[in-house]
Amino acid sequence: MSDTIVSLPDQATARIPKDNYITRENGLLSWLLTSDHKRIAILYLISITFFFFIGGALAGLIRLELLTPQADLMATDTYNKVFTMHGVIMIFFFLVPSVPATLGNFFIPMMIGAKDLALPKINLLSWYLYMTGGLLALYTMAVGGVDTGWTFTTPLSTHYVNTNVLTTGLAVFIAGFSSILTGLNFIVTIHKMRAPGLTWFRLPLFIWSNYAASILMVLGTPVLAIAIVLIALERTIGIGVFDPTKGGDPLLFQHLFWFYSHPAVYIMILPGMGVISEVISNFSRKRVFGYTAVAFSSVAIAVFGFFVWAHHMFIMGISNYAVLVFSLLSMLVAVPSAIKIFNWSLTLYKGSITFETPLLYAFGFMGLFTIGGMTGVFLGSSGTDIHLTETYFIVAHFHFVMVGGMLMAFLSGIHFWWPKMTGRMYPEKISQLAAVVTFIGFVLTFFPQFILGMLGMPRRYASYPPEFQILNVFSTAGATILGVGYLLPVLYLIWSLRYGAIAGNNPWQATGLEWQTQSPPLTENFAEVPVMDHEAYDYEWLEKQQLAQKETEAPRAG
Amino acid sequence: MKFHGAALDDNSAHQEHPSYLRHHFNSVEQQADASSFAMWLFLLTEVMFFGGLFTAYLIYRNWYYPAFVSGSHQLNVVWGATNTVVLIFSSFTMAMGVWCAETRRRRGLVLSLTLTFILGLVFLGIKTIEYSEKIEKHHVPGFHYSLQSFVDPQSDPEVYAEYHDKPLVPDMARHTELYFSLYFLMTGMHALHMIIGIGILSFMILRARAGAYTSGHVTFVENFGLYWHFVDIIWIYLFALLYLISRHQ
Amino acid sequence: MSEPNEHAHHIVGPGVYLVILFCLLMGTALTVWASYVDLGVWNPVIALAIATTKAVLVVLFFMHVKYSTKLTKLTIVAGIFMFLVLISMTLTDYISRAWGSW
Repeated sequence: MSDTIVSLPDQATARIPKDNYITRENGLLSWLLTSDHKRIAILYLISITFFFFIGGALAGLIRLELLTPQADLMATDTYNKVFTMHGVIMIFFFLVPSVPATLGNFFIPMMIGAKDLALPKINLLSWYLYMTGGLLALYTMAVGGVDTGWTFTTPLSTHYVNTNVLTTGLAVFIAGFSSILTGLNFIVTIHKMRAPGLTWFRLPLFIWSNYAASILMVLGTPVLAIAIVLIALERTIGIGVFDPTKGGDPLLFQHLFWFYSHPAVYIMILPGMGVISEVISNFSRKRVFGYTAVAFSSVAIAVFGFFVWAHHMFIMGISNYAVLVFSLLSMLVAVPSAIKIFNWSLTLYKGSITFETPLLYAFGFMGLFTIGGMTGVFLGSSGTDIHLTETYFIVAHFHFVMVGGMLMAFLSGIHFWWPKMTGRMYPEKISQLAAVVTFIGFVLTFFPQFILGMLGMPRRYASYPPEFQILNVFSTAGATILGVGYLLPVLYLIWSLRYGAIAGNNPWQATGLEWQTQSPPLTENFAEVPVMDHEAYDYEWLEKQQLAQKETEAPRAG
Repeated sequence: MKFHGAALDDNSAHQEHPSYLRHHFNSVEQQADASSFAMWLFLLTEVMFFGGLFTAYLIYRNWYYPAFVSGSHQLNVVWGATNTVVLIFSSFTMAMGVWCAETRRRRGLVLSLTLTFILGLVFLGIKTIEYSEKIEKHHVPGFHYSLQSFVDPQSDPEVYAEYHDKPLVPDMARHTELYFSLYFLMTGMHALHMIIGIGILSFMILRARAGAYTSGHVTFVENFGLYWHFVDIIWIYLFALLYLISRHQ
Repeated sequence: MSEPNEHAHHIVGPGVYLVILFCLLMGTALTVWASYVDLGVWNPVIALAIATTKAVLVVLFFMHVKYSTKLTKLTIVAGIFMFLVLISMTLTDYISRAWGSW
């Protein structure tokens, strides 16, 4: 029993394949005008990393301010702008595109044996829309930011602030279209471009998860778009749809906003769950337990996710009967997520587990997402929500699922597929260290916030009662450690581009189609059209492949 | 897992295929299929986009029914019905255009697209007439909106002669502004989609004259047809909801 | 395996389109006439029913959905379903506000 399943080619003779998607064409324009899904994925990877660190810097400012009970680092107005932009950037410019636009773009066509997505030029347009929105968001920060919270609640955002609501709204609107086009592209690709023999139930679960997320993107995002249009018109012309003095209802905005923004959290988490399925299967050398259940639970999360949005509005003035309905439905939506956690656990059970970095991040995901998810159920119950809402309990809840869950899944996926995307292995020891540092930093940052929330510390406040300081200090200390944990991968991954071990086709001995070709892949992905004749995660098939390969190589060597 | 078929970039296997087949597709059917499915998904996003407006409309119509009735009486049913008929005919001509493309009738296609284009312009022309009427009467929200026609219906003889509306109390009369907000929002958003459609039509007419769509490659015309019919369907609902709230009161 | 394609097969001809055109024009006349008749609470119901019938005719025949794959039909149903969820579940709030607190 070895302690690693990594299988690298002989480093003395191995070379990066001369012809691959990176070397096929040269020059900046060949990247900026590409229609190759892999190059677009790399463009996205660089840009979302950039926006992540901007959002992270804003988080650093928040935690610095909260070291002391007084609002002494910055004016409270400024603090409002900092947490607003932190939310806008992290959600719309990092989390929503994170896995789909990078790993999804790169690997969905490869996993189904296609040469590209169905609409390659639309894919490039998606990236340009994303960059336009992102640059507009940066511009907004430069000219004074916006202070309404990322939720743009009316009538604050329409009548009571003088900040850049319109430009931020426009940035989000444009980024929304980027998201819609990506989701549309994925749905068409998965339906229409699978290789011969690749039936729906032979697809990797990564595909199922991204498919479900794409449905959410296509059906949910347009409602956010119209909500932003209405805010813009309310602010500029005063049409009255959200203005009580003209008979409008501010809650209508919230209904439209959360109709998207709740499914949005599933847009953010589902692709991460897809990564976890792949990683857990690979590092326990077992089929995912209950494939069908996991596949259907992805779709179930997407469908049920549309029925629960008003649980963000329990205290806002909706009727008690609506509260009842949405609270009951919110209980239901937790079930498919729980099914996944059970199935991943049962995949690990009696598997041949090795502790490479992707699996470490996956373990982090399972623990932290479970805690985040369970606290979500506490919040879905309207009785407890009345006490916990708008406190740090909510902040802790969503950071556990989004950062402890989604971001860890993203890092897991980046490490898992790094050898395929670049042809190089990352350095294992330091990456394992970074994973542990991230986990420790995360727990120290966000666990105290659950307690703070229960004790009553409100969210979005720059000042707080002095008795809350010690927990806030822990949280800020944790944030510093977390920052180190996130910085390390950037450094060693860039290092690995030059000095990393040559990975070869399949360093993880994985079963997916993407691992049966060279690393980095050819521009057209496969030299010949693949035909699928086996199930997903078929490790016996893989063994037979490897034996057959050894037999063809042995006579040559002998 | 087998790898079969021709190698993807082997020149000998680069069999004859139409120039419009993009290389990431295996066949013309797959390409046409995928692009049609993509257009339907795009139309779904449009349904959800307008959905927000319909939701707002339903809520406020429910809350302020008398105001909505009075507001609706300010719209001219003749113009509205004419526009509906115009759009229905334009859907017909568009569908005929698709048929011409499918049966390779180049001149028929150009004629159909041109008629669709003209009918689209007629629609916008009528809308312009209606909008300018609203501007004259100060029924544009946010721009010197006037309640006069509603608190004192007899000051508006044309409309009063037809409907004999009772005066609204000032509180309810104020909510007519919401009605007109939704009127301009929904018909304006619809008109924007019409303008985009007409723009694409003009491009298509030029390409159709050059025979681009009558040599087997009909997807662009078909998919545009889907878009055009969708915009027609939106209007069918807008007409019923905005113009016909209650013409008997 | 990709799903089978659709439109290579069925070309809808002018005859069908003319019939549908006629039905749509009749529907328009009917709905305008019905709005002038006092049918109480049924007015909006009838208006929407006629509008929906017209829309269904456009979808099935002008947009060729009658001759399309199951996938196309399923896609449309999914879109309409989500549209109805948006409207109806939002309305659960607005309708029940008047019912008072329990």
